Amino acid sequence: MGQPQDPRGNLVRPYAVTRGRTEPRRDIPIEAVLVASQAAVQEARFAGHDKYRIAVLCEAKPQSLAEIAALTRLPLGVGRVLVADMVADGLLSLHSAAPKKGFTERMDLLERVLSGLRKL
Amino acid sequence: MDFASSERAGAQPREITSAKIVIAGGFGVGKTTLVGSVSEIEPLTTEALMTSAGQGVDDASKVPGKETTTVAMDFGRITMADDLILYLFGTPGQTRFWFMWDELIRGAVGAAVLVDTRRIADAFAPLDYFENRHLPYIVALNCFDNAPRYEPDEVREALAIPPHVPLVLCDARHRDSVKGVLVQVVEHAMATLVAEQSGGYPAVVG
Repeated sequence: MGQPQDPRGNLVRPYAVTRGRTEPRRDIPIEAVLVASQAAVQEARFAGHDKYRIAVLCEAKPQSLAEIAALTRLPLGVGRVLVADMVADGLLSLHSAAPKKGFTERMDLLERVLSGLRKL
Repeated sequence: MDFASSERAGAQPREITSAKIVIAGGFGVGKTTLVGSVSEIEPLTTEALMTSAGQGVDDASKVPGKETTTVAMDFGRITMADDLILYLFGTPGQTRFWFMWDELIRGAVGAAVLVDTRRIADAFAPLDYFENRHLPYIVALNCFDNAPRYEPDEVREALAIPPHVPLVLCDARHRDSVKGVLVQVVEHAMATLVAEQSGGYPAVVG
């Protein structure tokens, strides 16, 4: 709002790195964690600059989609498309966000988070 | 995860679970300060693009004629174990970005609505939002220096906070205080889950 408008439209550029695709191949929660192996980093060298940067980040330590977007300065939607591609291509492994169903599973997670907070 | 991708990319055999807690509240209420008090990283900012028309999508490219705007969300991280990470997400302050809140609360453990006692009216909109969502939340009064001090009961009445919603005092700058807020969120989430399981109304906690 109120920013000078690029005559080409300020959405063309962000989504250019996804070749214009705006729909990810799978939905990835903002907090879901992604991990890359060393082998995946080597492979990602040929997958383009942004995917390579993402692989390097996720090889150094597990990173959430939110962290990937923030650290690469990509808009969240763009990061989600790239990350979903990389998961589909075996360059990243997608780890699970919190369980939404099942009393025992949800309670176990809450207990672990609570004990983690108390140890801070 | 399919077999092929876990074979090639699975450096760590264990599944890493990530949980998130949402820190909500009006603009300038101290959400990022709160996140920064306990996060192991400097709070990061992730940005989403959307049309100013306020569609509920992070995808404005299909409507190139419309003006677009950037919504920023600050967040922090607490690595609790090799296989457990807690993320704290601050909501965008501006209420016109509520559709972004929907994405943030999806799958969250719970939320804390941060209230500045100098601008209590700013809390009405966030509280309304959570009252109509299926997510356990608590209210945390951020005690700024020189801010008017109210009794928690006065604030509860002024903001019409339902009796089952815990209300705590905090100082967003102090780690122990913030830790206490987060503990309350999780304890309230547990109590809510237990109450749901037994088919009752969420119990009064705290």
